Amino acid sequence: MSADIFDRLRAAVLSFLLIFVFTAPACAGPFEDAVAKFANDDFAETAEAIAAVAASGNPLAPRIIGALGDERLFADPESKKVFIKQADGKIIDATTGAAVDKLPDGASEVRVNNRLRRHVDAALGSLTLMSPDPARRLAAAQAVFKSHDENALSAVDEALAKETNKSVKTAFAEARAAILLFKQDASEADKLDAVAVIKSKGDQEALALLTSLGTDQPPLVAKAVAGAISSIQSNLAMWSMVQNAWYGLSLGSVLLLAAIGLAITFGVMGVINMAHGEMVMIGAYTTFVVQEVIRTRYPALFDYSLLIAVPLAFMVAGAIGVAIERGIIRFLYGRPLETLLATWGLSLVIQQAVRTAFGPTNREVGNPSWMSGAFDVGQITITYNRLWILVFTLAVFAILLAMLRYTALGLEMRAVTQNRRMAASMGIATSRVDALTFGLGSGIAGIAGVALSQIDNVSPNLGQSYIIDSFMVVVFGGVGNLWGTLVGAFTLGIANKFLEPVAGAVLGKIAILVLIILFIQKRPRGLFALRGRAVEA
Amino acid sequence: MLTQFTHDIARMSRRRWLVATAGLVLGLAFSPAKAQETIKVGVLHSLSGTMAISETTLKDTILFLIDEQNKKGGVLGKKLEAVVVDPASNWPLFAEKARELITKDKVAVVFGCWTSVSRKSVLPVFKELNSILFYPVQYEGEESERNVFYTGAAPNQQAIPAVDYLMKEEKVKRWVLAGTDYVYPRTTNKILEAYLKSKGVAQEDIMINYTPFGHSDWQTIVADIKKFGSAGKKTAVVSTINGDANVPFYKELGNQGIKAKDIPVVAFSVGEEELAGIDTKPLIGHLAAWNYFQSIKTPENEKFIKAWQAYTKNPKRVTNDPMEAHVIGFDMWVKAVEKVKSTDADKVIDALPGIEAKNLTGGVSKMLPNHHITKPVFIGEIKGNGQFDVVWKTPGLVPGDAWSKELEGSKDLIGDWVDKKCGNYNVKLNKCGGQGS
Repeated sequence: MSADIFDRLRAAVLSFLLIFVFTAPACAGPFEDAVAKFANDDFAETAEAIAAVAASGNPLAPRIIGALGDERLFADPESKKVFIKQADGKIIDATTGAAVDKLPDGASEVRVNNRLRRHVDAALGSLTLMSPDPARRLAAAQAVFKSHDENALSAVDEALAKETNKSVKTAFAEARAAILLFKQDASEADKLDAVAVIKSKGDQEALALLTSLGTDQPPLVAKAVAGAISSIQSNLAMWSMVQNAWYGLSLGSVLLLAAIGLAITFGVMGVINMAHGEMVMIGAYTTFVVQEVIRTRYPALFDYSLLIAVPLAFMVAGAIGVAIERGIIRFLYGRPLETLLATWGLSLVIQQAVRTAFGPTNREVGNPSWMSGAFDVGQITITYNRLWILVFTLAVFAILLAMLRYTALGLEMRAVTQNRRMAASMGIATSRVDALTFGLGSGIAGIAGVALSQIDNVSPNLGQSYIIDSFMVVVFGGVGNLWGTLVGAFTLGIANKFLEPVAGAVLGKIAILVLIILFIQKRPRGLFALRGRAVEA
Repeated sequence: MLTQFTHDIARMSRRRWLVATAGLVLGLAFSPAKAQETIKVGVLHSLSGTMAISETTLKDTILFLIDEQNKKGGVLGKKLEAVVVDPASNWPLFAEKARELITKDKVAVVFGCWTSVSRKSVLPVFKELNSILFYPVQYEGEESERNVFYTGAAPNQQAIPAVDYLMKEEKVKRWVLAGTDYVYPRTTNKILEAYLKSKGVAQEDIMINYTPFGHSDWQTIVADIKKFGSAGKKTAVVSTINGDANVPFYKELGNQGIKAKDIPVVAFSVGEEELAGIDTKPLIGHLAAWNYFQSIKTPENEKFIKAWQAYTKNPKRVTNDPMEAHVIGFDMWVKAVEKVKSTDADKVIDALPGIEAKNLTGGVSKMLPNHHITKPVFIGEIKGNGQFDVVWKTPGLVPGDAWSKELEGSKDLIGDWVDKKCGNYNVKLNKCGGQGS
């Protein structure tokens, strides 16, 4: 009897324990409570949830917070269940990590605003300090630098000790310095060391951090901070001059591309072509058409769309140029005013034709992946699109120079530019040279359009924004000489970009125009004028 | 006598008879057209040029609203007919086209304009010819004209709440005011500068910058914004940049890595339509302040979006705030015309203040004596799909102030076309004819 009771008692205790074990997961712990807060769709509660999840130490925490930042965290307000949508599209339960077939019908994205995104960054930073991927460790170190969260200090120290990658180690040291500077009870020696580390970082972020330090620092530290700030500022001022020079080069390359076709036609034929801007516009629209075809038929080729568009734009714009020359300009030789008017009217006709064919609103031309983003050199940022346009411009210039120098057509063009009648007596078919020159100039304008479609809006009015600048470059640089156009374009670009921070965009342009007018008074033929008896005549 | 008469008639040549009969027949043929008379509605929006990106969809909106109204039987038993002209983002051409609409086409009302310079250009025409203009776009205030009804936001319904949001929610301490160089950004920035200073912001914490229409080289300005924002205080950009210059601006922001969580940009002239042509993933978190967003879920809004996408045969076509302003304005005009049973300009102008119309976000807008309407204010953040996520809104509808309380020259002025019959009545001096700044 007593054995029975003991057995029963043992069985009861055992089953009680078993029940407890099996029902334990159903009791919500702090982690599950925190995750459930995401489902309330309230910004304040989501902020608390981020902090609680990050502090929980649960292995799923980085994935949850990362998904929240990428708009991939979903919650069902009724069941309070939260789900992560992974990069491959599969859904998993946020609290257990178990795979789920699909999201429940009432589930919607957990919303964030800018403030919550900063919390996400700071939390992810501290959580991913020990990630196996060095790029993520670097990003984590930078996030901790920005948030200078005291609680991350021990984690940063630990990561610093274990780090082998040089750039990540520097980032960790900087993050540690940022935390120490803001820590109330850090020692003075530590703070002075920290100031030195941040001074050697020396960029705008370092400056921002130092200037946001309060005034309640010990006097030695405050002095060191002030010294660091002024040294970073003078360093950055020097770099900003380099930055302005870079901007000037990129603006100059755009001006050069647009103007070089005009320089050729103006130099060889003396024809003022007001439809030149429309050739640029046609090149841009050719790029649009090429991209549309690729988007619908061959999406994998998108990154090569510009390379395909360049020869096509050259041929289309060049063909139209030859047609214009044969059809209109040929009959107006020796009558510059009529040519001006005729080409002006032609530009209006071409604009309206494009407007009717493609619609009056802007067309979207996408940037291939290698044209987006930027990289840092020293303290300046160089954007890829501007860099590639500069390289492209110089390549086009070099090819043109080579063509003029080494081909028969180039020889004939130079001859006709210097002395048309002499060249005709030497047996050069000047009217054929004229047609081909006009075609070449227009073709180059078309290529310019391909490049410009990457940085400007593609609309029927695109040409109007570049025709004035092109004429300014040609007039300033001198007619008939490619080098003059190059020097003129880069000079104007750099001058504009150095004036812009001082006077603003509008006044800067006006100042450039006034300077050119004054320059023309002194040297009417421009910077690199052609000399010779025939030209003077 | 009679025989003489009939004798004379018989003597008229056959040719004359034929001509007379033909004339009679033609006259009879054309007179039924008189019974099919329509009420003409003018549409004065740029369909080409730098503003076409924003204004083309407003032309389509009016055509849609006219179509819907005609399905309900038109107005006063007559069908509505749209007269569309293209002033091509050319401000003097706006005035010419307005004159053409009123004198040649004899429209009863005009829905149009976007930029304040286009509105200022057409004002003299509407005053001289006494017609009605419904202006659907947010603007700088400092105006209250008898012939104009402002269904877009005044600064106290857009700019000031946006700045308040940034100050309170994002704790912004440094401000970049970037705008296109014309009257709307210049005046709005004056108002904002005065408001910020009244809240204790120092002069060196405010950077103001203007660019021409269609500006495409944003490298220097974006780099300056980055520099201004690295002085250790939270910085934000308040953008009154208009037209397609916004596209290269946002592209440059994305390329230079300025993220919304570091330096947020709040724009007043960028909506779903302007974002439709660009990749918005680098722009996530940047803000806009409007009185309507397509993403707001109300039954009226869902019905409108569905009907609009069916009409334009494009399931991806977006809706935006100026479109909603046209919806409200058109509704109010129809109600006013039906109230006075006439399209005569003077009668309709006197009937409009007090008219109420439902907006698309669940409220009711009212036309005020100063010819502005009541509107709710929403702040939205850009999402990856080009839509906006509402992060803040006013508890109720805000009445529009025609004259800003922040500026010295206009804080004592009100517009009142019901009692005082004056657009710039000075309440301190109790007389009409204040100046404004």
